Amino acid sequence: MAITLTPTAADRVEKFLANRGKGVGLRLGVKTTGCSGMAYTLEFVDDLNPEDTAFESNGVKIIVDPKSLVYIDGTELDFTKEGLNEGFKFNNPNVKDECGCGESFTV
Amino acid sequence: MALLQISEPGMSAAPHQHKLAVGIDLGTTNSLVATVRSGLSSVLADEQGHALLPSVVHYAADNTIEVGFAAQKKLNLDPHNTIVSVKRFMGRGLQDIDISQLPYHFTETSGMLQIDTRAGVKSPVEVSAEILKALKTRAEEALGGELVGAVITVPAYFDDAQRQATKDAARLAGLNVLRLLNEPTAAAVAYGLDNASEGTYVIYDLGGGTFDISILKLTRGVFEVLATNGDSALGGDDFDQRIFCWILETAKLSPRNAYDMRLLLSKAREAKEWLTEHAEANVSCMLSDGEYVNVTLTTQEFINLTATLVQKTLAPTRKAMRDAGLEISDIQGVVMVGGATRMPQIRKMVAEYFKQAPLTNLDPDKVVALGAAIQANVLAGNKSDADLLLLDVIPLSLGLETMGGLAEKVIHRNSTLPIARAQEFTTYKDGQTAMSIHVVQGERELVSDCRSLARFELRGIPPMVAGAARIRVTFTVDADGLLSVSARETSSNVEANITVKPSYGLSEDEITNMLKASFTSAEIDKKARMLAEARVEASAIIEAVKAALSADSALISVEEVQTIEAEIAKLEVIALTEDAEAIHQAVEALNHATEAFAAARMDASVKLALSGKELNTLDL
Repeated sequence: MAITLTPTAADRVEKFLANRGKGVGLRLGVKTTGCSGMAYTLEFVDDLNPEDTAFESNGVKIIVDPKSLVYIDGTELDFTKEGLNEGFKFNNPNVKDECGCGESFTV
Repeated sequence: MALLQISEPGMSAAPHQHKLAVGIDLGTTNSLVATVRSGLSSVLADEQGHALLPSVVHYAADNTIEVGFAAQKKLNLDPHNTIVSVKRFMGRGLQDIDISQLPYHFTETSGMLQIDTRAGVKSPVEVSAEILKALKTRAEEALGGELVGAVITVPAYFDDAQRQATKDAARLAGLNVLRLLNEPTAAAVAYGLDNASEGTYVIYDLGGGTFDISILKLTRGVFEVLATNGDSALGGDDFDQRIFCWILETAKLSPRNAYDMRLLLSKAREAKEWLTEHAEANVSCMLSDGEYVNVTLTTQEFINLTATLVQKTLAPTRKAMRDAGLEISDIQGVVMVGGATRMPQIRKMVAEYFKQAPLTNLDPDKVVALGAAIQANVLAGNKSDADLLLLDVIPLSLGLETMGGLAEKVIHRNSTLPIARAQEFTTYKDGQTAMSIHVVQGERELVSDCRSLARFELRGIPPMVAGAARIRVTFTVDADGLLSVSARETSSNVEANITVKPSYGLSEDEITNMLKASFTSAEIDKKARMLAEARVEASAIIEAVKAALSADSALISVEEVQTIEAEIAKLEVIALTEDAEAIHQAVEALNHATEAFAAARMDASVKLALSGKELNTLDL
């Protein structure tokens, strides 16, 4: 399994990284918090940790820590627009249930 | 499912805890809202893709309120109830505004002016709040959540009343104001981060209704404002007004009603915008009485019409350069802000004055909002390293009153904030146990010509002879421009202090007039200072001699006492005149007359000290 980015998402990430002027890639992760137990995190990466797993998708380096990986392995990250709002969306095959807003989930 | 943005490392928010913050450029002509998403500052557009929201509010007959383009369409149909350029009225009274060309019905009030509309009497704060509400709604739809706060920009020269009015409008719109940011500083933030440039920059901001010139120094992400100047009643609207008058003249039109005035003004604006990229503009429209207007304005005519307006931006520019102590060659770049800087004659003039092409790589309409969003993102706590430190300057010197009504400057004007300066003062009379501290602001030598900010007293000074006490007065101005003054007597450590808010209490005109007065009256001030100093000297010596006479007059002859008393009387009379030199001479004469007396007192005190003591016990 692996973590992938859609071409749209990869395009955006590259643009944001270029604007930021530093960073080696994108970190996907989960935090044990939120109304349904887990929540996604999405961060720029400046430093790699030794235990991190790295993937590459559409030219963008994706970094995941081993604890998070078990919950999100197989995820595809997309970038979409909903009305005036726009942002990244996790398509995670491990999810059994999500809270109404989709910000947290259980596996 | 919720849409996520990329956070800084370790800064991911918990679900539903996203700190959504926006930057708002509340402009005279147009307003914008911007935010930082995934580290990138961008302007939020409405459903139709418009980034700009015209700062126009229409109070409709059916009690609805329209804002932006919908309201702008009503300009010509319903001019009395369609409010444009409301920013010019913020914090202003009727006496501050030239209302002769405006189609509104104003209501006479003692404070801020009010506009009589179909929906009732509206203050500029309420009208501005409608614009802010529209931007807030747009932002919350685009960001999918409630805003934690906003940074709203204001012209650098906005006074306290105008800033307060802006804050009130935000509160009325349900916005939490994280900070009011000066527009040129916001532009610098946008450019400084996007281009990572270092050096000394000029921000030339010609908006719809205000002109601001700021000189900023950018070093390692620190923005230091070296000087600011401007004209709060000069902008793109004035160019429209010139074309409007030209149309009236050229088409030989008699005075028109409000509908026609509004129609011709918007035609004038269209012509101005057209001329940015075309050689001539045709103005044609049908007036309310059926009269047809058809005139053509060429670029050259437009340049001639507006030459004085273009020139008018040069005087504040020169002043700011002088205040910053800079030469043209010190300027690394000129940033153009505001839609009016698209006019070719403006760019040409700026390029000629600064001997370089101005920077225009960010959209001049958006740059302020983009910078405000970056600042809002930092203030909302979405960035770990708060490396964005904004510095400002003091517009007028701060000081205190000394004997004789003289102003002693402690912090000089254009000092960068935050700043702390201490100066030592002493007592004037023997046994003086209290000192009154009068904090003033201004450039003039006499306190009566400066602005009084605060008074407080330092009590409990131990009784000492005049001049022996050491009173350390410290002026501190923090990053928000808040002044606190403390006074401490160093031997006894008694202390008193006060907090005052300087600068914003003064209007721009007051600041300008005070500065002008300090230049034109330098000679008068110098004479006044010399006279005041001579008088202080005279009363100090009279005080000292009288004290000595009452203690030791037995040491000298009656004739000598009489001579000294005569000199005192003479000096007392002369000290009332305006002649500093004569006072000075009379002081010398009294000094001379008391020489023998002083010597006699000295001998007497030495004798007293030595009597009954042996030479080797003396600490010589």
